[in-house]
Amino acid sequence: MLLNIKNLHVAIDGKEIIKGLNLGINYGEVHAIMGPNGTGKSTLAAAITGREGYEITEGEIWYKGENIVEMEPDERANKGIFLSFQYPVEIPGVSMTNFMRTAVNAKREYNGQAPISAAEFLKLMEEKKKLVDMHAKLTNRSVNEGFSGGEKKRNEIFQMAMLEPTLAILDETDSGLDIDALKIVARGVNQLRSDKNAFLIITHYQRLLEYIVPDFVHVLYDGRIVKSGGKNLALELEEKGYEWLKEYSLA
Amino acid sequence: MATDSNEILEQVTQSEYKYGFYTDIETEFAPKGLDENTIRYISAKKEEPEWMLEFRLKAFRHWQQLPEPEWAHLHYPKIDYQDAYYYAAPKPKKELQSLDEVDPELLETFNKLGISLEEQKRLAGVAVDAVIDSVSVKTTFQDTLAKHGIIFCSFSEAVRNHPELVRKYMGTVVPYTDNFFAALNSAVFSDGSFVYIPKGVRCPLELSTYFRINAANTGQFERTLIVADEGSYVSYMEGCTAPMRDENQLHAAIVEIITLDNAEVKYSTVQNWYPGDKDGNGGIYNFVTKRGLCKGRNSKISWTQVETGSAITWKYPSCVLMGDNSVGEFYSVAVTNHFQQADTGTKMIHIGKNTRSTIISKGISAGRSNNSYRGLVKILPGATNARNFSQCDSLLLGDQCGAHTFPYIEAKNESSIVEHEATTSKISEDQLFYCNQRGIDTEKAIGLIVNGYAKEVLNKLPMEFAVEAQKLLSISLEGSVG
Repeated sequence: MLLNIKNLHVAIDGKEIIKGLNLGINYGEVHAIMGPNGTGKSTLAAAITGREGYEITEGEIWYKGENIVEMEPDERANKGIFLSFQYPVEIPGVSMTNFMRTAVNAKREYNGQAPISAAEFLKLMEEKKKLVDMHAKLTNRSVNEGFSGGEKKRNEIFQMAMLEPTLAILDETDSGLDIDALKIVARGVNQLRSDKNAFLIITHYQRLLEYIVPDFVHVLYDGRIVKSGGKNLALELEEKGYEWLKEYSLA
Repeated sequence: MATDSNEILEQVTQSEYKYGFYTDIETEFAPKGLDENTIRYISAKKEEPEWMLEFRLKAFRHWQQLPEPEWAHLHYPKIDYQDAYYYAAPKPKKELQSLDEVDPELLETFNKLGISLEEQKRLAGVAVDAVIDSVSVKTTFQDTLAKHGIIFCSFSEAVRNHPELVRKYMGTVVPYTDNFFAALNSAVFSDGSFVYIPKGVRCPLELSTYFRINAANTGQFERTLIVADEGSYVSYMEGCTAPMRDENQLHAAIVEIITLDNAEVKYSTVQNWYPGDKDGNGGIYNFVTKRGLCKGRNSKISWTQVETGSAITWKYPSCVLMGDNSVGEFYSVAVTNHFQQADTGTKMIHIGKNTRSTIISKGISAGRSNNSYRGLVKILPGATNARNFSQCDSLLLGDQCGAHTFPYIEAKNESSIVEHEATTSKISEDQLFYCNQRGIDTEKAIGLIVNGYAKEVLNKLPMEFAVEAQKLLSISLEGSVG
């Protein structure tokens, strides 16, 4: 198993948000986590990636055979965990090219490899840009600065393609995307899918799941997974909303 | 989970100052302390003409009347001016004809600093004047420059060989009456660089002076004079380092630039004097007066500085825009960490018509340091259609440092336009986590973000300097986030 989360409890400022969550993901699988706002979806992503301020009060996160609860976020990233951010941050004055090169080399250094050559790097960039129809000029701009909402999300998928993660978490990547951008993002993800990696897709709507078909759908409600099923569960949620799930969480 | 970033700050701010070594060179000192005899000693040592000694003595007598300035946002114990050496020179002090005559220890020192004085090994396009303690030890590429009629030599040589130029321009931009430290420098200055670019000549090399303080208890007082005659151009770079010592050392320099009609001077500094240790012991007191005079029409002076060193920095590279249509620029990145203090900025004095000035200042404070921008934009009544744009940004790392901005604007001509923008920001947790999530550790992430923040200024540096400056910024700030 690639990722195995056991009885996870996460608190922010002492307030418990995730209250005993269990989730297992195998290589080659795509899992979707759905649920209404404020139920802990993004908190789960933050806990897996090791964000400061998200305190794991109980439970374990096993990834590639080790419990990563105490591991620094950059080390987790270098071990192949990638997060496509819901709100990608701007870094003024740092070009995308420079940023990506630093990231790619950090990973290579972690794996005991020599830094990538300039020529090799540019070739890699060209190849991966095509995957998400990134305009050449975007990589010359500062990280996310002046990018439109859609460009930012595409840029996240571009970075994912560059870093080739083992576990990719997409946090509300579909929010704010028009249908064309959504298709481009989905196409990018689908091309990266393989039996050597896995995806965890956090979303509010099932719309994205029409394009990235998940193997499993989980419903997160009040800090727990209250229902799991196949891709049809997403359609059911779309139809009935989340109200009917209250009884599960109270049970 | 993630280590508290304050802890990271603690850990990584231990980084060492890599230029802190001391070279054991036989050194000749003037007697300790400062009186007229010290000045006569220095002047005699340098075999100076009478007029030079007179200039020094006038400056000294004036200095004795002056109180030390206290208006800067700086705190330091009173300096005992009698408890220092005012002249230190590597022995033997004889005229050097070739590199073979330079003390091998000295050469080694400059090699360690990454400054090769052996011309054939230099990167093409940079001529270097190396100043150690009080004396210029070697100026490279003099012959190549001479072919273009360019004079690039130590200040002492200029006094001997080009007295008419020195007498004509020295003290015309920064008179010895200018301020306390300028008066002190004028009295005791020991060496420095002199540059003259003749009419219509575009200097084919980057000129560079490398300053090094080596001896203990010694002040360094160098003087640089750059004269760009009509229609000429030169790019000049300055770098500085010093050994690590527990006591503070004084550095009080003067730089004067004069541009005549249609001339342009670009002056770049990477200042990396020893900043003191992480508890605030030792370090250089850097009290410097730098000023350029755009004397001719359409002339231009551009200052670019990256200030990372010194325990205390007090400097305001300025432009007096006298010629019509002349242009002054000031681009600055000042970094303070630990207990460093910087009070730096510029003065743009608009006298001529259609004069323009631009000020871009980026202050970065970390640790328990204090970083102040102090700037004056003065538009005199005759400066019709003068324009100024100022932008002062401060970046704070941690919550124990300070950033201050003191902009002064005096506009006496109604047609002038003066704009001032200022921002203060912090490196956000979001930015750091974003970098971390891409596998970039916090230390590298800070380097990346700070370099991005300072990019506008770093882009103004000559290539040879830009890379060094970028590295320096990252090193100076290693781990300093909170």
